Amino acid sequence: MRFEAKIEVSPRDGIANPEGSTIERALPALGFEMTHNVRVGKLIRLEVEAESVDAARLLVEDMCSRFLTNPVIEDASVEVLEI
Amino acid sequence: MTRRVGVIRFPGTNCEFDTVDAVRVLGGEAEILWHGDSSLKNVEAIVIPGGFAHGDYLRCGAIARFSPVMEAVASFAREGGPVLGICNGFQVLTEAGLLPGALQKNVGMKFLCSMQQVEFVSTQNVLGKGSAAGDRLQIPINHFEGNYVCSPEILSRLETQEQIVLRYTDNPNGSMKDIAGVCNESGNVVGMMPHPERATSALMGSSDGAALLKSFLST
Repeated sequence: MRFEAKIEVSPRDGIANPEGSTIERALPALGFEMTHNVRVGKLIRLEVEAESVDAARLLVEDMCSRFLTNPVIEDASVEVLEI
Repeated sequence: MTRRVGVIRFPGTNCEFDTVDAVRVLGGEAEILWHGDSSLKNVEAIVIPGGFAHGDYLRCGAIARFSPVMEAVASFAREGGPVLGICNGFQVLTEAGLLPGALQKNVGMKFLCSMQQVEFVSTQNVLGKGSAAGDRLQIPINHFEGNYVCSPEILSRLETQEQIVLRYTDNPNGSMKDIAGVCNESGNVVGMMPHPERATSALMGSSDGAALLKSFLST
């Protein structure tokens, strides 16, 4: 079976996020002074073949911990859907 | 004196010739090693130079870590061989797990290209021979992802085990504790964001990088 995985990579709590901070400083120029805690990460989408949704999730989590994220600075949350 | 230095070239590396030139000017021999080869050709030291290995896709150094040569570099490092990662090479070494921590985008999101003053923190490593803690050097930086981060536990270990090699005197990029370079526990693997190979002659604005490379060549 084939599954689609959406992997949300986000900066770890406690790790400074220069992209988010820069955007946060720019938003008031457009009148959005009410904005706080901007954090920028990335979204990775991929398709994976596996026997079941659980097996697909395990594969994607393995990819995350070994390659797709750097655990020193990033966390990942994984969503897997059958297609 | 280390006679033969292997300078690794990945697709996207762009400082290999400067590095080879600097090694030769300082009396060593240097040859370029291709990332796709798994042999280090019996060189006595390794430099991973600056650039954009594999386009820096995903994260700087993330894909370079899987190049065949990196397995050989890891065994060479484990056996105590001297390894220096400069700029992108530092990023590659952290991604490969040969050095602690990570390098993320500079605070302020600016690409930085300037002469920078750095100070020796620990000399217990392959760059420190002939230098003393507190020695100040002018060495250029040229990076977008040079902002050193690590967990508080790793940071305190770096401090107690003298693994902080160089610090900026005027932090340009937001690095924790002004870190410009770190080493592994045994001091044979060093990574630094500034480019010592671009500071080997007064004509280049500074020859302070020569002290680091001479130390590297003599270990």
